[in-house]
Amino acid sequence: MALSDKELKEISYLARINVKEESFSSLKKELEQILTLFEELNEADTSSVDAMSHPLDLSQPTRKDEVTEENKRDELLKNAPSVKSGLFIVPKVIDGEA
Amino acid sequence: MNENLNNWEAVIGLEIHVQLSTKSKLFSGASTNFGALPNTQACNIDLAMPGVLPVLNEEVLKMAIKLGTALNADINSPTSFARKNYFYPDSPKGYQISQMDKPIVEGGYLDIETESGTKRIGVTRAHLEEDAGKSLHDDFEGQSGIDLNRAGTPLLEIVSEPEISTPAEAVAYLKSIHSIIRYLAISDGNMAEGSMRCDANVSVRKKGDLELGTRTETKNVNSFRFVEKAIQYEIERQVHEIESGNTITQETRLYDSQNNTTRPMRSKEYANDYRYFPEPDLLPITLEKDFIESVINDMPEMPNEKKERFVSKFSLSNYDADLLAADKDIANYFEEVVKISDSPKLSTNWIMGELSALLNNENLNIKDSKVSSDKLGQLILRIEDATISGKIAKDIFEKMWISGKEVDEIIQDEGLEQVTDDKQIEAMIDEVIKSNPEQLEQYRSGKDRLFGFFVGQVMQASKGKANPKQVNDILKSKLEK
Repeated sequence: MALSDKELKEISYLARINVKEESFSSLKKELEQILTLFEELNEADTSSVDAMSHPLDLSQPTRKDEVTEENKRDELLKNAPSVKSGLFIVPKVIDGEA
Repeated sequence: MNENLNNWEAVIGLEIHVQLSTKSKLFSGASTNFGALPNTQACNIDLAMPGVLPVLNEEVLKMAIKLGTALNADINSPTSFARKNYFYPDSPKGYQISQMDKPIVEGGYLDIETESGTKRIGVTRAHLEEDAGKSLHDDFEGQSGIDLNRAGTPLLEIVSEPEISTPAEAVAYLKSIHSIIRYLAISDGNMAEGSMRCDANVSVRKKGDLELGTRTETKNVNSFRFVEKAIQYEIERQVHEIESGNTITQETRLYDSQNNTTRPMRSKEYANDYRYFPEPDLLPITLEKDFIESVINDMPEMPNEKKERFVSKFSLSNYDADLLAADKDIANYFEEVVKISDSPKLSTNWIMGELSALLNNENLNIKDSKVSSDKLGQLILRIEDATISGKIAKDIFEKMWISGKEVDEIIQDEGLEQVTDDKQIEAMIDEVIKSNPEQLEQYRSGKDRLFGFFVGQVMQASKGKANPKQVNDILKSKLEK
């Protein structure tokens, strides 16, 4: 299955992976091999098989609705490169405003 | 915009996000309390620290089952979670855990009251998902501050079929959902605080057309009134565009309540592609029959059931029953009042009239009413047993509101008991007739309208305490002599 440069750019953008132009051709070749493999899988007849969303045949255990976590803000904020007034400071991203 | 909107019809679907009122988060034991200091309620799991795993809160399953049952929907078992992938600073994992193929609630409906009768709106699905944190954009020198307290708070997203036709129907549907979630106590439903949020999908087509028009999604609508206005605006905008020869772009728009307009959100360079896949950190959930049944058995009477009971048990009109049953607290108050007053219709009138007016005046919830249901019941009882007239009852009610006193106490202290003794009333009437010979003359020569004058005089003489019906009867016989 052929992959266009545009598609490759879109995929790398969605995954937030910075792919350099010079590695496009080699990367495309590798991805195309993976896609070919999936196309092969697609040929298998699965009409009699139920869709599976997890390989373990168990039901998800649950927990009671109780607050068990304490405030560990100071400790957790230590991991952040930038902090102000108890907030994580990040580059400005506004989705929504025109 | 002066297009003839009558030639067009709108197709509307609503997506309602309901914040579930659990103590802890969907997948962690951090608190969900509103208004805490930033990031004091965000734990390792909410922050997506390496190596952590989500653990499902059992309560959200119960809440979703209750909602699904109230919406006449199927409960899927197994139900499973999926990953919705996108990058945004207020979502630390780089994905949201949501549901895709097997939402917990699927295929229900809701009956709403419209101008032209009852209408059934299909509910496609309701699925569980995590809320995001909050980004604050002011005061950070061109950067953003992130508060993750809300990250991981459980949401139920309720998706309607595109079967809503007017802004008024959209509001009726939204109010009905609001009423249900409040009855079930699964959310406080506070739209101003964001515990209930609504996105509207709107398209228009020429009346009679079968093909759907291109739809837009309007976000950011945070009150019932704004939902109505935003949809109305969007319908008119789309009709105007099409009639001007333009086409509608499929896009997400934001409602601006200050200017009552919608405007497009900045479109991204690439279209969103969430690349959903089954959540590998969570197993599918099998909901045992016994579990589902025990949850359903635990459900309270729902608004529509209550309404029907009010109509059959108390002979209320559909309209009155609907008004009372829409709010659980009002319905409870009403039933307590009726228990004492034994007069459903008069109780309804007092709750919807005098009581509502005073509550609205002081912006109070009926639970915080200064006149308790007991006391209002007593007041209505005193009207029913003719101790006081309806007019004096209104004065007494205001005094009860201010002083907190019982009705009997005020009646006794102020001597407000209704005069029902024929002899006493006769005496007052005789006095009034005697002191108004001119009016008597005119009345007897055919000026019937003066009857009201005499009633007024008698009521004044009795300080409003004479029983109006007796006054009428006795006065009539005396004047006709």
